[in-house]
Amino acid sequence: MVATRYKTAFKLYPYEKVAAQDAAPVRHPVVIVGGGPIGLALALDLGQKGTPALVLDDHDGAGLGSKAICFAKRTLDIANRLGASQPMVDKGVVWNVGKVFHDDHKVFDFNLQPEDGHRNPAFINLQQPYFEKYLVDAIHTAQAAGAPVELRGRNCVTAMEQHGSYSTLTVETPDGPYQLEADYLIACDGARSPLREMMGLSFDGRVFEDNFLIADVHMKADFPTERWFWFEPPFKNSGQSALLHKQPDDIWRIDFQLGWDIDREKEMDPDRIRARVDAMLSSQAGEVPEYELEWTSIYTFQCRRMEKFRHGNVIFAGDSAHQVSPFGARGANSGVQDADNLAWKLDLVLKGLADDSLLDTYATEREHAADENILNSSRATDFMTPKSELSKTFRNAVLELANKHAFARPLVNSGRLSVPCDYTGFALFGADTLLGGPDISKPGMPCPDAPHGDGFILDHLGGGFILLALGCEAQNVSAHGVGAQALNIMAPSDALKARYLGNTAQAVYLIRPDQHVVARWNNFVADDVTAALATAIGKG
Amino acid sequence: MSMLILTPNLPDPDGFYEELIRAHEGLTKEQSDAFNARLILTLANHIGDREVLRQAFEAAK
Ligand SMILES: Cc1cc2nc3c(=O)[nH]c(=O)nc-3n(C[C@H](O)[C@H](O)[C@H](O)COP(=O)(O)OP(=O)(O)OC[C@H]3O[C@@H](n4cnc5c(N)ncnc54)[C@H](O)[C@@H]3O)c2cc1C
Repeated sequence: MVATRYKTAFKLYPYEKVAAQDAAPVRHPVVIVGGGPIGLALALDLGQKGTPALVLDDHDGAGLGSKAICFAKRTLDIANRLGASQPMVDKGVVWNVGKVFHDDHKVFDFNLQPEDGHRNPAFINLQQPYFEKYLVDAIHTAQAAGAPVELRGRNCVTAMEQHGSYSTLTVETPDGPYQLEADYLIACDGARSPLREMMGLSFDGRVFEDNFLIADVHMKADFPTERWFWFEPPFKNSGQSALLHKQPDDIWRIDFQLGWDIDREKEMDPDRIRARVDAMLSSQAGEVPEYELEWTSIYTFQCRRMEKFRHGNVIFAGDSAHQVSPFGARGANSGVQDADNLAWKLDLVLKGLADDSLLDTYATEREHAADENILNSSRATDFMTPKSELSKTFRNAVLELANKHAFARPLVNSGRLSVPCDYTGFALFGADTLLGGPDISKPGMPCPDAPHGDGFILDHLGGGFILLALGCEAQNVSAHGVGAQALNIMAPSDALKARYLGNTAQAVYLIRPDQHVVARWNNFVADDVTAALATAIGKG
Repeated sequence: MSMLILTPNLPDPDGFYEELIRAHEGLTKEQSDAFNARLILTLANHIGDREVLRQAFEAAK
């Protein structure tokens, strides 16, 4: 039997018996355990590149309930590359204004006016089940076009055995267990990762001694589409901090920071939750608007990661590899970047175009990213929950000063929004020989978006390696059988010039399939580009 | 690299000291602590040089 651990919001990959269940174990190049956002993004990416990917999930769709709501621009850019972003942006709530309150007064508000000339907004609010559904929709579209992706719902991995060059999995289904084999096994099985447990690997870090009550509330109130955050909120029993944030379908996310010593069961009593929500909403609306509790839950957060994301032919991605507190929305957002990083490397290795050691760079690059995310999330949590009297004195000093003086506002930390990782200095990247080139597009950075033709430059980057020539001409190059396709733009738009040329008249960029800049030059020299390309696939 | 000034640099040191103590007059311990915190943050922003501030953390130990 396959136990149901949670209810699903959408049934996305219903169980269907496959012939392999009655046959000898079949070997697959890539088996992904877990059909959450990370496993799905990885499967879609691999499938679009023509590399077979089998996803096993113990449920048959997206889990219902309050999880991620904030999806950042980089995630949307990746989803756009995968052909899945449009419904996300259409459905999602775009917001720019945030207000920060301390007790009963407003400290300041900010407007994250997006910079012009990007396809995607800085972020959207969208319930995680929708995010997963749109990825599955894109997988179905890709399957119809021949992409070798398979999703098996209600397939629960209950045992694994790692051999030299492959792993054997035992999978429980409604029709009983069967076995299969994987050349590469990708563990996208979430923070509690059963695979990590089965392998006896540790997951160390910091537990924040705090409980957060999260209530998703359905109401037709005309509160503005803004993010409201309170430090030491004035409404009754609301804890150390509170948050109000809008989602699609007239749903509002409300968070209360309850502290450590609480009686969880008592706090989950709907009457008690309603009393809290009433106090918060009436403090803003003057009266209690009509609302229904959609979903409530109490979370304790931690910041931790596995020491190594790669263990032989088993690779960890997403929450199984790293976990952060949600302030800054770095969980799913960073996990999708894991998938983005891993897909092209796995694809090249499986096609025999790169050595297996290329996958080590997935681990080093993403371990670095996880450290950055953990650092940011820990800092936000420490600001929100001062750990000593003194740190609270400074925290409140910042809030008081921020009310009067602009200088203190950047110190206020109620979560720093997820930004993509910069891989500067890692082994696969080349030199920055473009004097005067902008920092935002230096080697290691993800390519900034900019208008180009009828669309945007990111529409043309990624998939494979691209050689972007601005104001000059480059030719296709190849190294060890891997090609880089030239994209020559003789008359770049102003935004392209600002974001890629800076003070120079022309430039040549080598760009990875995950849209990170490998190296850049003043002009096209085939030998230099070929050498950088070889380095980028681990053959430098 | 900028260096933290650790030689006398304040005109009228006695006058400054008196002003500093007077700024705390009538404050409770808690209010004084809060004032000090705001003062440190304000001065740190004015200095605006992380290296100098790091040297100051050392010097104040
Ligand atoms: C309250 C809250 C708010 C959050 N807000 C944000 C936010 O705003 N932005 C953001 O980016 N992130 C946010 N996050 C984090 C985000 O939800 C996670 O980072 C994200 O779900 C991780 O995706 P994943 O695919 O790695 O794992 P999961 O989503 O956990 O998916 C793992 C999948 O593996 C399956 N599975 C597990 N065991 C097995 C097995 N033995 N066999 C087969 N399948 C198995 C599970 O059923 C599940 O479908 C939030 C989290 C919480 C709790």
